Amino acid sequence: MAERILEVEGLRTHFFTKGGVIKAVDDVSFTLDRGQVLGLVGESGSGKSVTGFSIMGLVDPPGRVAGGRVLYRGTDLAGLREDAMRRIRGRRIAMIFQDPMMTLNPVLRIDTQMIETLQAHETIDMAEARRRARDALGQVGIPSPDQRLKAYPHQFSGGMRQRVAIAIALLHHPDLIIADEPTTALDVTIQGQILYEVQKLVREQGTALIWITHDLSVVAGLADDVAVMYAGRVVESGSVADVIDRPLHPYTRGLIDSVPSRNPRGRPLHQIRGMSPSPLKLPPGCAFRARCPRAAPQCQAMPGLDALLPGHSVRCFRPHLPEAAQ
Amino acid sequence: MTVFIIRRLMQSIAVLAVTSLLVFVGVYAIGNPVDILIAPDATELERQAAIARLGLDRPVWEQYWVFLTNLAEGDLGRSFVFNEPALKLILQRLPATLELAFVAMLIAVFIGIPLGLWAGFHPNGVSGRSIMAGSILGFSLPNFWQGLMLIMIFAVMLGWLPAGGRGDQGEFLGIRSSLFSLDGWSHLILPAINLALFKTSLVIRLTRANVREVLPQDYVKFARAKGLRQRRVVMVHVLKNTLIPVVTVLGLELGNVIAFAVVTETIFAWPGIGKLIIDSIFVLDRPIIVAYLMVIVMMFIIINLIVDILYSVLDPRVRLADQRA
Repeated sequence: MAERILEVEGLRTHFFTKGGVIKAVDDVSFTLDRGQVLGLVGESGSGKSVTGFSIMGLVDPPGRVAGGRVLYRGTDLAGLREDAMRRIRGRRIAMIFQDPMMTLNPVLRIDTQMIETLQAHETIDMAEARRRARDALGQVGIPSPDQRLKAYPHQFSGGMRQRVAIAIALLHHPDLIIADEPTTALDVTIQGQILYEVQKLVREQGTALIWITHDLSVVAGLADDVAVMYAGRVVESGSVADVIDRPLHPYTRGLIDSVPSRNPRGRPLHQIRGMSPSPLKLPPGCAFRARCPRAAPQCQAMPGLDALLPGHSVRCFRPHLPEAAQ
Repeated sequence: MTVFIIRRLMQSIAVLAVTSLLVFVGVYAIGNPVDILIAPDATELERQAAIARLGLDRPVWEQYWVFLTNLAEGDLGRSFVFNEPALKLILQRLPATLELAFVAMLIAVFIGIPLGLWAGFHPNGVSGRSIMAGSILGFSLPNFWQGLMLIMIFAVMLGWLPAGGRGDQGEFLGIRSSLFSLDGWSHLILPAINLALFKTSLVIRLTRANVREVLPQDYVKFARAKGLRQRRVVMVHVLKNTLIPVVTVLGLELGNVIAFAVVTETIFAWPGIGKLIIDSIFVLDRPIIVAYLMVIVMMFIIINLIVDILYSVLDPRVRLADQRA
């Protein structure tokens, strides 16, 4: 069995605002083995990015991790002191952000931003650091990396900047990379290139990957497993094949049906009615209830996340079970 | 870069020419200096002689032409009152103003930026709020009143520092300045603080606003996600981006401090160019007024040029392009 890299147990991240407590992440659990790719899917505000930042210990006030455990190879990250956590950040667990135009510091050269990452975690002389930075750039497919090292971020295109960010994330050969919608801001063709590049690199290095996205088609091609989030909770999780091909939760099914290419031509596009509930006043019970075509009186209580099929869990009283199981 | 600087200097000459015309015409619109210069009981003949001696009998355009030809030779005219070259008088007084401005700017930078950073990082703490409240006072209390209070507290009540004047100058490497003697410093520190109070408040507020703007940026979070030490995140990633607008404003403020130290110099009887220009305006000493304004304009041009160059060093996205803009 592959080595267990990450174990998230009952993670709760709450934002304590003047208007009330926002439960951005409420009881989220999942595990990740070496080399495994997990797709974390959900719409804006479902808590998927906050989950990523919670693992990194980078939740900004007024938010904080209010409960649960994040075990990295058996060590609880939530209990670590800031300096110990810093040593893990960027070295053992790296992160790639959504908008490549904003993640690189505009006034520092690429080599500065790469070399500082190396020097933050190991004693290394300049020549060696520069060599490793150059190799990392070459690895992510940036042409003439020697000259590009001396460039500033604004001299790169969006796709190239995201490659630089990925190169920075890969510098220390981390065990886990958390990618927060890294292709959302890019052209489709560039998106494809980046996906290919990341897939290749994590496979080569055996890096585990959490790919946060709202795009199910990306997950379908990239991930081994999927966790679908809604209003701060995981509502369905399982292998890609199970979740995408045989969704159990009405929300997951709605998401899949909303992909335009799956609609027959000429018919009105399928949609999920209504909007996500305000995180400040979540109704009791299932948060999807108000938008759910299958809602019933029993949904006023919160369903548990149960493995209804082997390796395929769902948080729903009235799931779309296959005929045979019903 | 070189082409850029040459082009800017050429533009400066055009700016100077236009300024000289405006200033010359403007100065001629206010009063007749002869009325002030000669004794009230002078005869009409003496009066005519004085007018002829000062060249005031000639038409304005001819006076301007004489002024321009003299200017080309580096002659900015002679003071009516002191009967000495105007430029010489200004240059004599300039060091006093420069050292005042220099110390005031140092105070503004070395007090304002750290306080602004602190307030930016602790916007809701007691210390951060106190700093901001203090900066509002520094901003809004009239400058002359602050000066008077400083004199009252430190010179009159406590008796620690002299109330006015420039004091002894020391000599270092052949340069005479108040900065090189203890007595000079004791005279300098109060007016410098007075001049710096407003600038310090400005720098605090500007720095804080920029920190608040830079902190939530993704690149700061990314820097932390890379595992950088907090020190490095603050001192490099946050500070460098914060300082870009601060440098621009400081550059412009340096010009302002030199040009408009008038109030402070008057209150503290500091013998700088600010006091000279006020005295000259009272007696309508036209050549000094004109020469002063020309020197100030020249100074602003040079400071702006330096700021532009500095700006391109700080922010790589700004390149001093050689193409026509």
